[in-house]
Amino acid sequence: MADTESSGNGKAFQPRIVAFFCNWCTYPASDLAGASRMKYAANARVIRLMCSGRLDPQFVLAALREGADGVLVGGCPAGDCHFQDGNIKCRRRFELLLRLVAQLGIEPERLRLEWISASEAEKLRDVVEEMVKQLKELGPLRLEPLPRPENAGVSELPSAAVAADGGPP
Amino acid sequence: MTRQVTIDPVTRLQGHGKIDIFLDEQGNVRRAYLRVPELRGFEKFVQGRPAEDMPQITSRICGVCPTAHHVAAAKALDALYQVVPPPAGRKIRELVYNTFLFEDHALHFYFLGGPDFLVGPDAPKAQRNVLGVVEKLGREMGTRVIAIRRAARELIALVGGKAIHPVFALPGGVARPLKPEDRLRCMEVADQAVEFALATLRTFHQAVLANPKYVDMIASDAYTHRTFYMGLVDERNRLSFYDGQLRVVAPDGKEFLKFPARDYLKHVAEHVEPWSYVKFCHLKDVGWKGFEEGPQSGVYAVGPLARLNAADRLPTPKAQEAYEEFYDVLGGKPVHHTLATHWARLVEMLAAAESMQTLARDPDLIRSEVRTIPTAAPIEGIGVVEAPRGTLIHHYQTDGRGLITAANLVVATQNNAARIAMSVDKAAKALVRNGQVDEGALNRIEMALRAYDPCHGCATHALSGQRSLAVWVYDASRRLVRQIPQSP
Amino acid sequence: MSKPKVGFTWCASCGGCDEAVFDLAEDLLQFADSLDIVLWPCAMDFKRSDIEAMQDGEMSFCFASGAIRSSEDREMAALCRRKARWLVAFGTCAHLGGVPGLANLDSRESLLQTVYGDALFGNASPGQVRPQHATEVPEGTVSLPTLDESVKTLGQVVRVDYVLPGCPPPTRLIAAALAAIVEGTLPPPSSVLAPDVALCKQCPRIESKPDGPLLRELRRPHEHEIDPEQCFLAQGLLCLGPATRDGCDHACIRGNMPCTGCLGPTSGTRDFGAAALSAVASLVDSHDEHQIAALVAEIPDPAGTFYRYSLPGSMLHKRAGGPAGGGPRP
Repeated sequence: MADTESSGNGKAFQPRIVAFFCNWCTYPASDLAGASRMKYAANARVIRLMCSGRLDPQFVLAALREGADGVLVGGCPAGDCHFQDGNIKCRRRFELLLRLVAQLGIEPERLRLEWISASEAEKLRDVVEEMVKQLKELGPLRLEPLPRPENAGVSELPSAAVAADGGPP
Repeated sequence: MTRQVTIDPVTRLQGHGKIDIFLDEQGNVRRAYLRVPELRGFEKFVQGRPAEDMPQITSRICGVCPTAHHVAAAKALDALYQVVPPPAGRKIRELVYNTFLFEDHALHFYFLGGPDFLVGPDAPKAQRNVLGVVEKLGREMGTRVIAIRRAARELIALVGGKAIHPVFALPGGVARPLKPEDRLRCMEVADQAVEFALATLRTFHQAVLANPKYVDMIASDAYTHRTFYMGLVDERNRLSFYDGQLRVVAPDGKEFLKFPARDYLKHVAEHVEPWSYVKFCHLKDVGWKGFEEGPQSGVYAVGPLARLNAADRLPTPKAQEAYEEFYDVLGGKPVHHTLATHWARLVEMLAAAESMQTLARDPDLIRSEVRTIPTAAPIEGIGVVEAPRGTLIHHYQTDGRGLITAANLVVATQNNAARIAMSVDKAAKALVRNGQVDEGALNRIEMALRAYDPCHGCATHALSGQRSLAVWVYDASRRLVRQIPQSP
Repeated sequence: MSKPKVGFTWCASCGGCDEAVFDLAEDLLQFADSLDIVLWPCAMDFKRSDIEAMQDGEMSFCFASGAIRSSEDREMAALCRRKARWLVAFGTCAHLGGVPGLANLDSRESLLQTVYGDALFGNASPGQVRPQHATEVPEGTVSLPTLDESVKTLGQVVRVDYVLPGCPPPTRLIAAALAAIVEGTLPPPSSVLAPDVALCKQCPRIESKPDGPLLRELRRPHEHEIDPEQCFLAQGLLCLGPATRDGCDHACIRGNMPCTGCLGPTSGTRDFGAAALSAVASLVDSHDEHQIAALVAEIPDPAGTFYRYSLPGSMLHKRAGGPAGGGPRP
């Protein structure tokens, strides 16, 4: 069963979630959850953005590449964006990104965009808990390491005689 | 003492290939295998792609004949969406297509296979290439070769967007009309092309046909196979590059089959061998009897020689004259000498140039309506053209949204794969005797392959391509005995 | 002073990059005077043994085109890396994986099954015979290289010094690179030998590109007339010009077809597909989330559109685990 899959040291699988939270809404919500001493899954590593509209799809891919099993993005609800419509811009990119990575075998449940206002600490808690549960069912996202020359398995590697002296030819 | 000699890689063609030559105790050839060590798998990864992207995706099968795939794909899309291009749309496609055929055939003669005759099969290898040809022909003719090819390429780019991986073809026509001012340029280049094609035929007469050694080589049994031949013909059985029915003639030259491209699966099948990535086409009606020639074997050929054999006439007057001379000199139809393909190619080059002239002057060419917008739902489509190297078929099935669910590509050199394997084997057996293997002999074996203007990337629509040609000679204990070429 | 030695080699290549060198036309003759071309299997008879016989670093420059698909591609890349002082990833396949990189949407096994196994089309012996790594024939053993599990870029198997991007690299850029080699004026290694500006910025149609979001519907090129003057995005046609490096003289644009991204990204971008996706999505002209979702769903094949040339070089590189099937998911 995926949720008891070992992470290598005999313990049950704990999904790693990278969370991009906007400075004005979702990040304060997580502060509020902390100040209220809400107990909820500690799987999310939070990165603060000034606006969810700042989210470059490359950030999401980088998070997956660096070991995240899921990515959560939190922004301001419709009409509340500090920068007017940064959150809508995020939605446009995120929608398309979801469809793209689905073709690459990444289950849509691994990527989630939620509108969570500063006062909605409970919503944040519920979202994180739900996501952890879903990821435990899906299991870890096992991406193979990127190919590199060091592990290319070529029999003839450049010899030391080819010194890269760094200067232009 | 068993020995093996490997040519690694074959050069002056598109794609990867190696030839393994196995010798017996006397040093004579038991068998030579041409292995094509590449595969990219286009038929797999086009699944899921929008059908309208196929002209640009499939052109990446080959950067030497991208226009062939581009146009074959467009024709398959016409069938898929059940649309007929308006006259200007069709004629723009044909103009680009004939221009491409002209310059690709010129490329083969002057850059790829032709240097073996123009410079000599035993010439030092550093000279057996276009630079050696330019030196041999003199700077003036050499410059002319380069200039006409450049003019043709620029014309393709002018009308088709890019010369390498063009963009102009869409279902139902082309992306934009031809500007009237560009038509003048088309006429200029077409006229130059005809002159150049005639000059090239004269060069062939002087450099090849006037040389008894070359004539012997061409007519020799080592480079001859009696197979079936296939090519597109129009309703008057004239050779056609763009459209028509597929006609197959038997080794005795009589018509054996004639069918529309959409019936190709009834007549063409693919055979797999474990020692090469290429699949070997053969005629279903005759069956796969192995790498054998003759009317009992389903092996057939496509390409210039095959097309001339399969047609009754050429569609243009000067090319028709050249076609008649071809058969007069070589003793009637059909011609089975593989090296005669070089000559047949030049006859086709002239036909393509003459077609460029006719199309450039056609008033339909500059009409503004160039595309019929599809309305029918897509299901399945098959398109055929004669690529420079032979018959090319694109076959697509899609879902209701027009995304490819299945694709089959029968690519020119694939049709030739069996006969190519036989040509290499037979040439090796004739040229390597009593253990005498020298560089010139190896090149002459490669000439059996180059005559087909092979395109192994096409033949395998494969991903990887490795090319190199070298010979290592091992004894029965697999110790390296000799290396050709010698290390300096 | 002796002429610099230059070589051209090819891995999983279509030959288009070599054709682009032929298209140098008269300049090719001139370059052949100033450079010593010592390797070029498409056009010359130097064999593998000739490369092996070279000293390490004997070639000043080797232009390697094609993606890395098989064991032999890897060996050839390593061999040329060794024998060249400076290695140029020549063309988009070497740079980013190219069109053959689309095979990374599925497994190697599903590729072999489709090509050799499926009885869908004409295969006389479906599923029974497949090319083998080593075949015993009556006369001896014939071997073939094996396909790697995924397609790779050149830089993923050997150290690459320069990139000449494009599918194919525009002949003008090739001429500039060769001229710089002759004159000794190449920029420092790790350079991309093409302008560092997005095509959109210099596009002949930029005047008709509105500022801000403009995509209200997405069209597929075969379904409508295409205006030969207006910005493609303004016509609802996907164009990757905003995310794609310039240097191509806008050949496709002048052919009245949108940019498909073949020169890859400008500098500072790690994943071309993600950057292109972002550029296109930013232009969606709607504030309604349902409408946004519906419009985005009109792009029939995001992976084939945004990663057409660059999947192996992307951050994900290939399909994550899970069932085979390269088609779009609902």
